[in-house]
Amino acid sequence: MVSEDMTQMESPRIDSGKIAEVSHGLERSVVERRDKVFSVSDLRVAYGGNIALQDVNLDVHKNTVTAFIGPSGCGKSTFIRCFNRMNDLIPGAKVSGTVLYHGEDLYGRDVDEVEIRRRIGMVFQKPNPFPKSIYDNIAFGPRVLGMDGSMDERVEGSLRQAALWEEVKDRLKDGALGLSGGQQQRLCIARALAVEPEVILMDEPASALDPISTTRIEDLMHELKRNYTIIIVTHNMQQAARVADMTAFFSVLVDEDGAGRRGILVEYDSTTKIFTTPSDKRTEDYVTGRFG
Amino acid sequence: MTSLASTAPSIAADKPRRLWRNRIFMWAMLFCMFVAFGTLVVLLVDTFITGWPAVTKQLLTGLPSTVPAEAGARPAILATLYLGALVLLFSVPIGVLTAIYLEEYANHERWWNRLIEVNIQNLAAVPAIVYGILGLAFIVRGIGVGRVVLAGGLILTLVVLPTVVVSSREAIRAVPDTIRQGAFALGATKWQVVWRQVLPASIPGIATGSILALSRAVGETAPLIMVGAITYVAFNPTLLGPYTALPVQIYNWTRQPSADFQVLAAAGAIVLLVIVLSMNAVAIFLRNRYRRQW
Amino acid sequence: MTTADATVARPATTALPRKKIRVGEQLVHGVLFIAAAISVLTTVGIVLSLVLPALDFFREVSPWEFFTGTTWAPLFLDAHFGVVPLVVGTLTISFWSSLVAFPLGLGVAIYLSEYAAPRATAFLKPILEILAAIPTVVLGYFALTFVTPFLRDIGLEVEIFNALSASLVLGVMLIPTVATLSEDAMAAVPRDLRDGGYALGADKLQVSTKIVVPAAISGIIAAFVLAFSRAVGETMIVLIAAGQLAQITFDPRETIATITAFIGATGNGDVPTGSIEYKTIFAVGLTLFVMTLIMNLISIRLVRKYREVYE
Repeated sequence: MVSEDMTQMESPRIDSGKIAEVSHGLERSVVERRDKVFSVSDLRVAYGGNIALQDVNLDVHKNTVTAFIGPSGCGKSTFIRCFNRMNDLIPGAKVSGTVLYHGEDLYGRDVDEVEIRRRIGMVFQKPNPFPKSIYDNIAFGPRVLGMDGSMDERVEGSLRQAALWEEVKDRLKDGALGLSGGQQQRLCIARALAVEPEVILMDEPASALDPISTTRIEDLMHELKRNYTIIIVTHNMQQAARVADMTAFFSVLVDEDGAGRRGILVEYDSTTKIFTTPSDKRTEDYVTGRFG
Repeated sequence: MTSLASTAPSIAADKPRRLWRNRIFMWAMLFCMFVAFGTLVVLLVDTFITGWPAVTKQLLTGLPSTVPAEAGARPAILATLYLGALVLLFSVPIGVLTAIYLEEYANHERWWNRLIEVNIQNLAAVPAIVYGILGLAFIVRGIGVGRVVLAGGLILTLVVLPTVVVSSREAIRAVPDTIRQGAFALGATKWQVVWRQVLPASIPGIATGSILALSRAVGETAPLIMVGAITYVAFNPTLLGPYTALPVQIYNWTRQPSADFQVLAAAGAIVLLVIVLSMNAVAIFLRNRYRRQW
Repeated sequence: MTTADATVARPATTALPRKKIRVGEQLVHGVLFIAAAISVLTTVGIVLSLVLPALDFFREVSPWEFFTGTTWAPLFLDAHFGVVPLVVGTLTISFWSSLVAFPLGLGVAIYLSEYAAPRATAFLKPILEILAAIPTVVLGYFALTFVTPFLRDIGLEVEIFNALSASLVLGVMLIPTVATLSEDAMAAVPRDLRDGGYALGADKLQVSTKIVVPAAISGIIAAFVLAFSRAVGETMIVLIAAGQLAQITFDPRETIATITAFIGATGNGDVPTGSIEYKTIFAVGLTLFVMTLIMNLISIRLVRKYREVYE
């Protein structure tokens, strides 16, 4: 068990005291008063018979930022892809357990997984703009979904929300691939926003970007969480500390015979708690940099 | 202690022999290149020198004749162009759709999809004349349409279809998966992803492959011989009428013992080479121009 | 409240969307499957068009006579149906052209893969493509009207129609095939292997021939097998330049007939449908098809092997 007085402990890399200052995260009690968007119970994901992730239980609440952290191979990317059923696209992937979206089974038999992805959007680790113009990138989603209303307004609105409008407003017809990495990622965020989602999933959104772009994306997350629910996977602990209200720490469980590795959820709590007084020693080891 | 340097053989000792070996090998390789390209050059030059005098307006626009000086190849040239158009018309849609199926839709665990894949690989290696036999069997007997341009076009389509499928598959496969993921994540359906993202991005590759296939089809002779591109056609070809094609015409002229016909054959070869090589040039140009850096 | 907030619309309901029956999607899947099935139909058609008439043929001519007979004279009154001369002719052509294509093609491949500068490669590869694009009828014409006289000029007493001219031209035509596939195989060999060789003090020649080529060997052999198979199936060059005299001879200066030449010459002519001569086309065609099929399967298996190892 962990000793009461954490400040006496040696923390070679992370000054736990400072973390509490940096984090603008909400208190757990505040979070839990908000509507539940997702409720996950006993989730297990297997690829072709190999279990990648198991025994996950957690709730995600409205207008919060939830971060998944953990060492590589712990299944956090696999997990986030359960929320918009992107795992369905991988042949041999099997998801068991329950994921409730506003109280209904996301994996129900007659649920339209294509429409789900409109409501639950995703931004990927490496920016993946379409090889089209900036305008057509944003317009793609609304067009294929048959959304009406002025496309120009929609494009402008999305770009403004993603803090990219000022930079590209005079070159909307230019190719998206000509933008810098940070701009491309904000474009991808704008693209996801254009279809009016409720939730935005971000799989390591800044890991391929430079520090300045990273900061802008993080600032964006603070803005966006007012209107959207955000879930982010990150391998950068400070980032989680900076942006997340709730943090879930995943780790790897090695099989008895050493052959299989599976991911498990170790601890899920408010960010402040995870980084200052974690309940589980494994969490503490990870956030203080002893491993991972 | 004696230094190692004095007892070990000098590292430069082997150099002359090594240099010679490498030099000889280089010469050998350059010889290989020389033979390949030299033959090409000789062939082009010889054909050109022999045939150029006979490339006249009469040849290009006139009707055939048993008199070499008056022989023209207009029906053959026209038929070749028609055949080319038919091949393009049939092989590109079927080939691209097949490629889309195999790359985007087919579950490769299922045996029937693996069968389709292996089947296409095999068809790519079947000699062209066997396709001719296929055409012969189904034209002379069975549900055939007869020895007409349409039949020739269909058979040539089958000959190049595997090539179109293979090159289209490569073009489709080259589109990065992240593009598809991004489109799916926005709520697009599979066909929307394919039609609006994958296909547009793979058009240059598909176009290149199709033009190369077309250039091959236009130069094919054996299948056309089998399905009845007959010797002497003195009128413009129609879709459902008898015909002869340029390669067949060249073959027929080659068979004549008279030297004048040999010259005609060379002239025909020049025309055919112009058609085929310009298609290849367009394909190569397309490939270089639109080579995408993902 | 910022302008950003104003444009955000909230979804009308949080209830999960029910599954839509997307008819369009299913239709598309169906159409695509049909397109893919056309290739299967083609194979079925080929097999049927060969096997059925061939069976018919074998009712009249015993398979034993066909496969072991050494006289091929189907169009004569005293007809003989021994296919051996045709097979020997085919293999003769394939043998001599392989003798040209294999070493030269491999040499070109090694040069392009290991030695040539990128700019040179960018220039040379298209030229190889052009060589490969020359229609075979033109190559046949070249073999007959240039190569044969040339061989005679340098003292080789070749007949007007002879196996050698055709083989030489066919061999050169196959150089691009061997070169491209071999080069692919060699390019797939990881850089590390070469670096390891250089680090041990090997020179370029040794690294290329003793490390890269062995590592790429299954792909190279696949290239050889494919080229050989193409030589077996080639029609126009042999039809024009090698002749149509079905005799068993191992002297490449003589006239021969290949399977493909026989089919091409007979199919063109006025052979009455349903006659025994007509049926020979299919029996012989079936033989050809089986030969190339076997070679092709071997080649595919080899390509898969080299792909597996490195990818």
